Amino acid sequence: MSVATNVSHDPLLGRLTWNDIPMVHEPIVLWTFIAVVLGGLVVVAGITKFKLWGPLWKNWICSIDHKNIGIMYMILGLVMFLRGFADAIMMRGQQALAAGESMGYLPPHHYDQIFTAHGVIMIFFVAMPFVTGLMNYLVPLQIGARDVAFPFLNNFSFWMTTSGAVLVMASLFVGEFSTLGWLALSGLGEYHPGVGLDYYIWALQIAGVGTTLSGINLIVTIIKMRAPGMNLMKMPIFTWTSLCTNALIVASFPILTAVLVLMTLDRYVGTNFFTNELGGNPMLYVNLIWIWGHPEVYILILPAFGVFSEIVATFSRKRLFGYTSMVYATVCITILSWLVWLHHFFTMGSGASVNSFFGITTMIISIPTGAKIFNWLFTMYRGRIKFTVPMLWTVGFMLTFTIGGMTGVLLAVPPADFVLHNSLFLIAHFHNVIIGGVVFAVFAGINYWYPKAFGYRLDEFWGKASFWFWFFGFWVAFTPLYVLGLMGVTRRVNHYEDTSLQIYFIIAAFGAVLIALGIACFFIQLFVSYLKRDQLRDVTGDCWNGRTLEWATSSPPPQYNFAFTPAVHDSDAWWDMKKHSYKRKLDGFVEIHMPKNTGAGFVISMIALVFGFAMIWHMWWIAGISFAGIVLASIIHTFNYKRDYYIPASEVAATEEERTQLLARHV
Amino acid sequence: MPDLNKLRGPSRLVAALLVAASLAGCNTVVLNPAGDVAAQSGNLVIIATLLMLIIIVPVIVLILLFAFKYRESNEPADYDPEWHHSTVLELVIWSVPLLIIIALGALTWIYTHKLDPYRPLDRIDANRPLAADVKPLEVEVVAMDWKWLFIYPEQGIATINELAAPVDRPIRFKLTATTTMNAFYVPDLAGMIYAMPSMQTQLNAVINKPGVYKGMSSHYSGSGFAGMTFKFHGLSNGDFDAWVQKAKTEGATLDRAEYVKLEKPSERDPVRLFSTVDSTLYHAVLNRCVEAGKMCMDEIMAKDAMANMKARAAAGKSVSLIPEDDVCTVANAPAVVASLGEPAPGTPVAQ
Repeated sequence: MSVATNVSHDPLLGRLTWNDIPMVHEPIVLWTFIAVVLGGLVVVAGITKFKLWGPLWKNWICSIDHKNIGIMYMILGLVMFLRGFADAIMMRGQQALAAGESMGYLPPHHYDQIFTAHGVIMIFFVAMPFVTGLMNYLVPLQIGARDVAFPFLNNFSFWMTTSGAVLVMASLFVGEFSTLGWLALSGLGEYHPGVGLDYYIWALQIAGVGTTLSGINLIVTIIKMRAPGMNLMKMPIFTWTSLCTNALIVASFPILTAVLVLMTLDRYVGTNFFTNELGGNPMLYVNLIWIWGHPEVYILILPAFGVFSEIVATFSRKRLFGYTSMVYATVCITILSWLVWLHHFFTMGSGASVNSFFGITTMIISIPTGAKIFNWLFTMYRGRIKFTVPMLWTVGFMLTFTIGGMTGVLLAVPPADFVLHNSLFLIAHFHNVIIGGVVFAVFAGINYWYPKAFGYRLDEFWGKASFWFWFFGFWVAFTPLYVLGLMGVTRRVNHYEDTSLQIYFIIAAFGAVLIALGIACFFIQLFVSYLKRDQLRDVTGDCWNGRTLEWATSSPPPQYNFAFTPAVHDSDAWWDMKKHSYKRKLDGFVEIHMPKNTGAGFVISMIALVFGFAMIWHMWWIAGISFAGIVLASIIHTFNYKRDYYIPASEVAATEEERTQLLARHV
Repeated sequence: MPDLNKLRGPSRLVAALLVAASLAGCNTVVLNPAGDVAAQSGNLVIIATLLMLIIIVPVIVLILLFAFKYRESNEPADYDPEWHHSTVLELVIWSVPLLIIIALGALTWIYTHKLDPYRPLDRIDANRPLAADVKPLEVEVVAMDWKWLFIYPEQGIATINELAAPVDRPIRFKLTATTTMNAFYVPDLAGMIYAMPSMQTQLNAVINKPGVYKGMSSHYSGSGFAGMTFKFHGLSNGDFDAWVQKAKTEGATLDRAEYVKLEKPSERDPVRLFSTVDSTLYHAVLNRCVEAGKMCMDEIMAKDAMANMKARAAAGKSVSLIPEDDVCTVANAPAVVASLGEPAPGTPVAQ
């Protein structure tokens, strides 16, 4: 069922024609494009005016410093978040309008692309970069390391992820995006000759390379590079959750890769893995994609649990309750996440015993998860809770996530799932856990660690405004969806007949507007904090009276993180050091071995981007050349022997002396 | 509401909550449906929720309480910065959820089997067991792009986008699809079940009140998905017969040629009735051999199984062909295998 055979094919441009540029006939896309071009021009002009191209290339694009890469992941996540949220607002708008006679403003083909793009972007290019960004920035600092185990790979991973994101964005202006939902569940290859599904395949394949490599990198980092004394049971909880998450990444992403390869073969060379003919079986696809898809959920949520564990202990000014049970709960969840995938399709008719098995394994996951909630709860018990912005997000999370967890367990009961599956109740449930869990954690984490990364705190007022808009916005947006689900309304409809439902969709849309205000407050917060950065400055490096090692160094940390590798005696290593009146060592500095920046990761990723684009459009000659380019560039990079350098002891001494004086001035 | 006030014990509480939910102003059909199977699922939603609230409510109360009590400005509250372990508490926070999950797990096991869509019904509603001699109404369902075809083999009629059944008579659906996955869902009748190409799923249900109910595809299937709705009519026996008669007199003929035309993607099709249906049509759709000259999948699979058996026999391995295992469509597998002119299946082939 090769698609190529029935589509006109130009030897140079493949199947790309003028008609594939949607802005020619779609005003919404045209205006978006104009806005993006204007915005892009402003950025380019700004960079040129302030002569930032050099520093941008040297200090960021080529940077292999885990801290810079972490920050770049967060920026990628934020940019893609705006795109994903724009999709969400458009969906809410369509559903608020399209009742009865009115068909709304989006035709099905456009609406279907929007909900697909929303899901794909929010999971792969928002949640994943945010989570990876936090892990990248924090893990080496928390374990007292100077960088990750494979610094070049880290840079390469980031740019591969970005290339995938660029491909998704390109689909907006050149061709179309997939209309098949975020997992491409409905219908496969042979019925979808357009480029949409190919954009999906190649964007995820390219980004997937980055994710998998980054997973390997962080596992090795955590296993091999911990500071002396930090045995596994003395690792900070965030590092523990990172370890489990990356184990899940390394074990599950190859499944996604394999599924996408099989789908690619179906589409490009006419095999029949997932078709209806010649022994092909779409049910196989559904199983395989969810065998990856369910661990993916835990890949996102585990680091979120880690973030909250750090924050709740810091702001309750108390040691985390039940560290050991927290670790075991995390490991339990990691293992159990492999035994539940079938709960995504109880309604496929697997039979009562199979359904019961997967229903009950799913419920069992709620036990370690519940234990975690209790652990945070009892960390607050007899604490001295300071309601800073990160702590507000944490309490908001505990309240929201508890409800989301309950509806999740409810959906794990197969007969209940039979009447709620694919309904808006399900949509409300997973937004309840992903917004209430992952998104809240990201904002909590940004507010908590921003001073570490930039040396000044974020403005409290705008941070609190952002939280409250988000918190109430979430409940206003998703409570109506729970109700609609109980009224038997299904997901992904671009129109419904029953006008009595409209009011619920209007309330939901209003909730989305509240969330938009929350997002606006967050950006105002960043801007205001930058303006007030001198007032908000932190020179101690430990502005929250922190407990873990990242607070032991300056804010922002020097390139080498720690002048001397710290010795660890406790899971709250920095708290322990402070308790034993730790004195910073002021002399005896030695030269520090550091990895060297390189542009190779960026170059290879950009060629991969070209390769993906050429494959999507069947521009076989470009695909061939770019694939050869990837191989060649990788080989050339292996001959680069200038991978490392030493920061001389004198420079270390100077940097540390500067900090000593800064600290002395502010005592 | 079907007879919920006759329930006893915890079910009564559930019934009360159901009433509360229905009084809340919205038509929460999932919790208050007109069919017994859906009603049991709806009850289970409520029971499971109540069971979980045993732990959820205290947790939420404690979160708010601790957040308030141990706020920084509340100086008199206890402060114990090193307190981080309590064996008793740990036991409680692991075992209480465990107990609830054991209860919920048992409930899940029982009701998943009881409400298995493949399981023939044994009752009409909570108070009326099913008489042994009642034969369920058979309906063959084909999810098409983007409309529903319902075939009534017993009545010999078919419809597009309209379904009807007599009240209190069990219905047995067999479902398949033409190109892509859909899910058949009538919230008032029973839970949803996927309809998939070259696969057959089943659903057993009953409607207990006359009325017109919403039906839809609940699994996204492409651009015509939102319009893939139909009306399900719960009718008295007399009305159902009249409805069948109407199709018999007004309907067109659904043969294979008509089906091939029908199969072409279309959106928001009006209701259509067919007075006569090719009796092998559903089997042909399921086995992807409606078009003339295409071999049916069950036949391909039977032939493959035969060939494999022969090859294994030739290699000196003992083999037997069990049609139930080796041939897709169980019902007519022996017929298919027999039509191939091969030795009777199930008999070991002596080497």
